[in-house]
Amino acid sequence: MTKKILIADDEVNIVISLEFLMKREGFEVVLAADGEEAITKIREEKPDLVLLDVMMPRKTGFEVCQELRSDPAMQDLKILMLTAKGRDTEVAKGMALGADAYMTKPFSTHELVERVKSLLGLAE
Amino acid sequence: MSPKARLPVALSLSIAFVVAMLVSAAYLVWQDLDQLEKAVVQPILSSRSGLMVAAVVLACAVVVMVVKSLHDGLFALPGKLAEDAQLILSTEPSRRLEPVGSADLKALSRTINSFADQRDSLRKDVELRVQEAKHSVEEEKNRLAALMSELTQSVVVCNLDGRILLYNNRARLQFKAMSDAPQVAGGGELIGLGRSIYTVFERNLIVHALESLQHRLRKSAAQPVANFVTTTRAGQLLRAQMAPVLTAREEGERSLTGFILMLDNITRTFESETRRDQLLHSITEGNRAALANVRAAAEMLDYDDLEPALRLRFRKVIKDEVNAMSKRIDEAATAFTDTVKTRWPLEEMLGTDLIAAARRQLESRTKVPVKLEDVDEALWVRVDSFSMLMAVTYLGNRLSEEFEVREVRLRLTGAGRMAHLDLIWSGQAMSTETVMTWELEPMRIGDETSPLTVRDVIERHDGEIWLEREKTKHRAFFRILIPSAMPQQELENEAETYLRGESRPEYYDFDLFSVSEKGHALDDRLLSELTFTVFDTETTGLNPSEGDEIIQIGASRIVNGKLRRSESFEQLVDPCRRLAPESAQIHGITAEMLVGQPKIGEVLPAFHAFAADTVLVAHNAAFDMRFLQLKEAATGLKFDQPVLDTLLLSAVIHPNQESHRLEAIAERMGVHIIGRHTALGDAIVTGEVFLKIIPLLAEKGIRTMREAREAAEKTYYARIKY
Repeated sequence: MTKKILIADDEVNIVISLEFLMKREGFEVVLAADGEEAITKIREEKPDLVLLDVMMPRKTGFEVCQELRSDPAMQDLKILMLTAKGRDTEVAKGMALGADAYMTKPFSTHELVERVKSLLGLAE
Repeated sequence: MSPKARLPVALSLSIAFVVAMLVSAAYLVWQDLDQLEKAVVQPILSSRSGLMVAAVVLACAVVVMVVKSLHDGLFALPGKLAEDAQLILSTEPSRRLEPVGSADLKALSRTINSFADQRDSLRKDVELRVQEAKHSVEEEKNRLAALMSELTQSVVVCNLDGRILLYNNRARLQFKAMSDAPQVAGGGELIGLGRSIYTVFERNLIVHALESLQHRLRKSAAQPVANFVTTTRAGQLLRAQMAPVLTAREEGERSLTGFILMLDNITRTFESETRRDQLLHSITEGNRAALANVRAAAEMLDYDDLEPALRLRFRKVIKDEVNAMSKRIDEAATAFTDTVKTRWPLEEMLGTDLIAAARRQLESRTKVPVKLEDVDEALWVRVDSFSMLMAVTYLGNRLSEEFEVREVRLRLTGAGRMAHLDLIWSGQAMSTETVMTWELEPMRIGDETSPLTVRDVIERHDGEIWLEREKTKHRAFFRILIPSAMPQQELENEAETYLRGESRPEYYDFDLFSVSEKGHALDDRLLSELTFTVFDTETTGLNPSEGDEIIQIGASRIVNGKLRRSESFEQLVDPCRRLAPESAQIHGITAEMLVGQPKIGEVLPAFHAFAADTVLVAHNAAFDMRFLQLKEAATGLKFDQPVLDTLLLSAVIHPNQESHRLEAIAERMGVHIIGRHTALGDAIVTGEVFLKIIPLLAEKGIRTMREAREAAEKTYYARIKY
């Protein structure tokens, strides 16, 4: 069964790469350009994993993460947070708020794919 | 009875005794004779009565001589000796006894003289030592005062009550910047000897810092200091370091008697650090996201199965992001240099001041005449003036020594965020290579050498230097790029302070340490220990009730028996009404001078704060007080502190003098009058007069505030009601 991934980021220039990458790996891809849209789309589309950027308009990645984790229906959703903030305090915060993994920009796309696959239990 | 008075008594008694003895002997002999013998003796005796009287007188004379010599030896000379010795003891230490009388008396006199000699030399010795001690204390005091005034940090010393004992000029200027009414009171309402530090800092803040100091002292910390940062009412950010003032080591366990505050205005530092943080942030985190976009896109390009349209898009992403990053880095670099160069402590100064100093140094040390050319007078620069001046002088010196340049010119022009400082000369051309070696050699001017090179100095300023030629004029110049600065208000009226004060600004008074321990009830306080505000007003006329208004207030402070001219208040006031032109003859203030001056509603609060916690003193205080009191309703400020009037006090000490005008009193008291009939000039004369009156009042037993007020009330003049 094809896994579904939601990409939530307001920067078009990264979304274009991520979308291409994920589709190429055989995932179904849904896009959201801000925090609120991300939550709505997640509830509608029920993806298996979300690539969540921290700095987004309307709702930050932290807020989205917290809101999703407070919903019992969302416990199985995998959350991989992406951020341009390199400080370890933020990594700690993201993990504390319920993210499954955290990647700091700039990251290697190859590593990202591996992380996504391992989170979804598809590791070779 | 004195020896002198005893002499006639003794003499008359002994004469009477001799006469009585002779008479009674003659009488007994006469009684013993029978009739016949009497008949025989009588004619013999009566014909010799003259002889007999003479014999008696002779006997008396002998007796007088004997008695006198006995008296002299036993009473008169010792008495005189005692008196003279007493004189040496009490009034005339240099007097010596003249050895007279018996050998014993002479020996006694000589002994007393040697005692007196010994005492003299001991006394001189003691005086000498006291003098020496005084001298060294004075020297230390001066050294401290000089040190304090040179410090670029603000220093304020307070006792445990928070009263200011000492401060430097820097602190005064800083407090001025914090004042709510800087133009009016000049910060004088905030800082001043004896004033409370709590008007500037929250009491709790100081108490807390003191507690942590005490704590560290108990723990015998190596450096018992406490730090805090606070904002002032005017929104400035101050960093304060508090250090303890301890009792002298000899007095057993050292306890805290006061504290030293060292203040730094870090508003600007803080702002520039914040700016630097933001820059750093935009460089690191701003670029992380962009870098992620580029990297992801670049990695996508590696896939062979990419459609051409998509490939084009990824390429565009890379191009756009890289361009944006370059732009961000350029912006950051420009902004960064502005903040980075603050790291070497450069001072901001007016460009013309730098040029004037450079000219002086060049002329005095290289003997080359200097002309100025095109110096931008509004330009401020940020320099380490010492090293920069050295560099300019060094270059000028080499020009004169090695190229026989006979005249140099200085030019200063602005160029954006930098300024051009040009050292120009005409004549021989030199190679750029030569200049390069000058730049890299340690600087040397005559005997003075520096480990620094011109290059070091330039780098310290984050500047540049090069050689440029003006071929048409046959001239060349060194162009030195130095950072320019935002024009700022000059660190105000330092010159004025020195004019107003005497040789040394009266910014310190150590005697205040002891004052605070005494009671606070003014009535029973000695006049000699109170703090006074002497003031005077100039007005549009004499009748406040008919609309006359204050046009100038001048005041100065008396703290610990000294007039503190450097803590003065002087302000013109717009009276909001016509000023009679004739009145200018009295106070020299014209209507034009009052245009744009603050109104009384702004000035009185500042003066009220200036005079807080002091006794007001004025000449004919009733007059000035009426003007102040008529404003109470409008401003809501009550001048309810005690008031003393030099006019009334003069009448107390000299009730028989006709005139108690200020000029007349000043002349009587030997107070030199300068600048009268300006409010501050009159206030200062009043203050000097008042200081002379205090000891004269004390002679009349009037020492406390209460006694002075009561005496003043009793005088004739006191019938004028305040």
